[in-house]
Amino acid sequence: MKSILSAPKSGSTVSKRPVWLVAFGSLVALVLINWFLQPSFFDGMVMHSNLTTFLPLTLVAIGQTFVIMGGDIDLSVGSIAALVNVVTVTVIAMAGGDAASVPIGLLTGLVVGVLCGVFNGLLISYLRLQPMVATFGTGIIFSALALWVMPQAGLSVPEVYWMTYSDFVLGVPTVLWILIAGFLFVLFMQRRPFESHLKAVGGNRAGAFQSGINMSFVRLLSFALCGLFSGFAALCLTGETASGDPLIGQSLAMGSISAVVLGGTMLSGGVGGAIGSIFGALLLGMIGNVIFFAGLPFEFQTLVQGLIVLAALAGGVLVARK
Amino acid sequence: MSDASSNMHSENAGFSLGAILREPVVLALFAIIILLGIGEAVSPGFARGDQIIKLLTVAALLGFAAAGQNLVVLAGGEGIDLSVGAMISLGAVIAGNVMDGANGGILPALIAAMGVTFIIGMVNGLGVNLIRIPPLVMTLGMTSVIQGGLVVFSRGIPSGNAAPALMNFINQPVVFGIPGVLFIWLLLIIGMVFILRATSFGLSIYAVGANPQAARLVGLPVKVIRTTVFGLSGALAGLTGVFVIGYTGNSFISVGDQYMLPSIIAVVIGGTSLAGGSGGYIGTVAGAIALILLQSVLTTLHLEFWGRQLIFGGTLLLLLMFYGRQKSARI
Repeated sequence: MKSILSAPKSGSTVSKRPVWLVAFGSLVALVLINWFLQPSFFDGMVMHSNLTTFLPLTLVAIGQTFVIMGGDIDLSVGSIAALVNVVTVTVIAMAGGDAASVPIGLLTGLVVGVLCGVFNGLLISYLRLQPMVATFGTGIIFSALALWVMPQAGLSVPEVYWMTYSDFVLGVPTVLWILIAGFLFVLFMQRRPFESHLKAVGGNRAGAFQSGINMSFVRLLSFALCGLFSGFAALCLTGETASGDPLIGQSLAMGSISAVVLGGTMLSGGVGGAIGSIFGALLLGMIGNVIFFAGLPFEFQTLVQGLIVLAALAGGVLVARK
Repeated sequence: MSDASSNMHSENAGFSLGAILREPVVLALFAIIILLGIGEAVSPGFARGDQIIKLLTVAALLGFAAAGQNLVVLAGGEGIDLSVGAMISLGAVIAGNVMDGANGGILPALIAAMGVTFIIGMVNGLGVNLIRIPPLVMTLGMTSVIQGGLVVFSRGIPSGNAAPALMNFINQPVVFGIPGVLFIWLLLIIGMVFILRATSFGLSIYAVGANPQAARLVGLPVKVIRTTVFGLSGALAGLTGVFVIGYTGNSFISVGDQYMLPSIIAVVIGGTSLAGGSGGYIGTVAGAIALILLQSVLTTLHLEFWGRQLIFGGTLLLLLMFYGRQKSARI
């Protein structure tokens, strides 16, 4: 249990310097290194394909940030993404499989994502189940439902779906529009009382309760948001793969937690922000890129990536403590 | 749900039947009996002696891994070891390559596997306690480092073989139809209970987990204890790896992955609080047996995979609802 005494201390570190600064600095450094190793890095095509690869994790990381700021954690994000993916694809196929059925599929998918998040939130904030174990359990359930909806990878989405996703809108890649929208949403949320309530809940449960915040509801909302963003990520994955796969998104849970921590949000709750998580997710992607272009033998890539991520996490913690 | 009466006094609510039923060990035992009944009803012979021993052998493997996890969780500070799965794989691969099918190599294999995993566990502990990386993140990061190291070492090809004597020790009965590994588990259970209840180290783990400030004030080396438990968790995972290769015959680099989250669940449904400081290994043993039994019953139910998973997840949540609940914020 966090003591009341420690809360103001962690609060004061926030005001001095944005928590995302370290992640942003490392990201810039990695971009420069990548540019050096791969001169074509800033070509439109390369940027476009990189962004397409990084986008799903970035979106999940945004959602995960809200949950973590509230002092909880969501291990079920990957399973939510898989369920949303197969539901969207199946609904589109059932609605006729033409362009007109795409919006119905997208909307149903997002509703499913939010419902999964609400289910998590009800179990954790109202029934007070331990978040890590509970979302592991719900993750198993969501995966099972995904396998029930679609036992094997298959079905394809109409051309208009993946064409729009991989194309440009008003001269800007669709994926960049989505990233910008995510950014704007995060900035918007920073100005809402919800986020400060959430941080209060995550930083000091007893204090938040005594100040009259509806804690359970705030935590429920954070899980619902996380479900929604896992849903967005699933729709992006669907745009990328153009089909349904009940096993998609398995690395999203651990990846999103790493991204959130790299972005300067504390796992203990109360301190942080989703801007940092966006940088953290892009950072994780760039680490993979740089290792690939550094020309390391294939079998060393996972090891070096693991070491760099671990060093980055340790470094981030050390810097944040100063 | 959380009315005023259930807040402060829920622990000493009395000796009502409900309170006893909510004891994790009792509940896990109930779950075990009910699951055995269901298994026997669905597929006669399920609860036969030799079947139960097979189940216990599988549960023992989980029990070894969960013992280390148990220590880490008990010591508090959001302690959790997500690298248990990767450590088991590492232990299995090291042991397989050291003994390489020779009985004479079993002891060196055991020493090598447990030594390396102990050191890596200590690195986890130092990262958590010196650099103050959150345990979840530290051990998660360590998992990818170990997995990366295993890829470099083995190039993804299964390598190393278990010695015949080790395989017999795990799969063949030694005395009274019971394989040797179960006797080792019994020793571990006695050892864990003794250490946790009767040694100053064990009692310090509870003290550090329940209230680190108070523990520091009475002069307990909080960081040393919290580092050591990670080392022990590593060594126990390494030991599990040695038994796992004895169970399967050969090792591949992801052989331990399946143990990672179950090791945490066995601890939690066994009644150890993830907040640290309360619980014990007996509950974890019951939790591990209940978990393996549940999986086994679901396998005999001739359900499709998704149906089994759905029931598994649902049962897990149900168990959590009984006693995995957290304290209310109201004071």
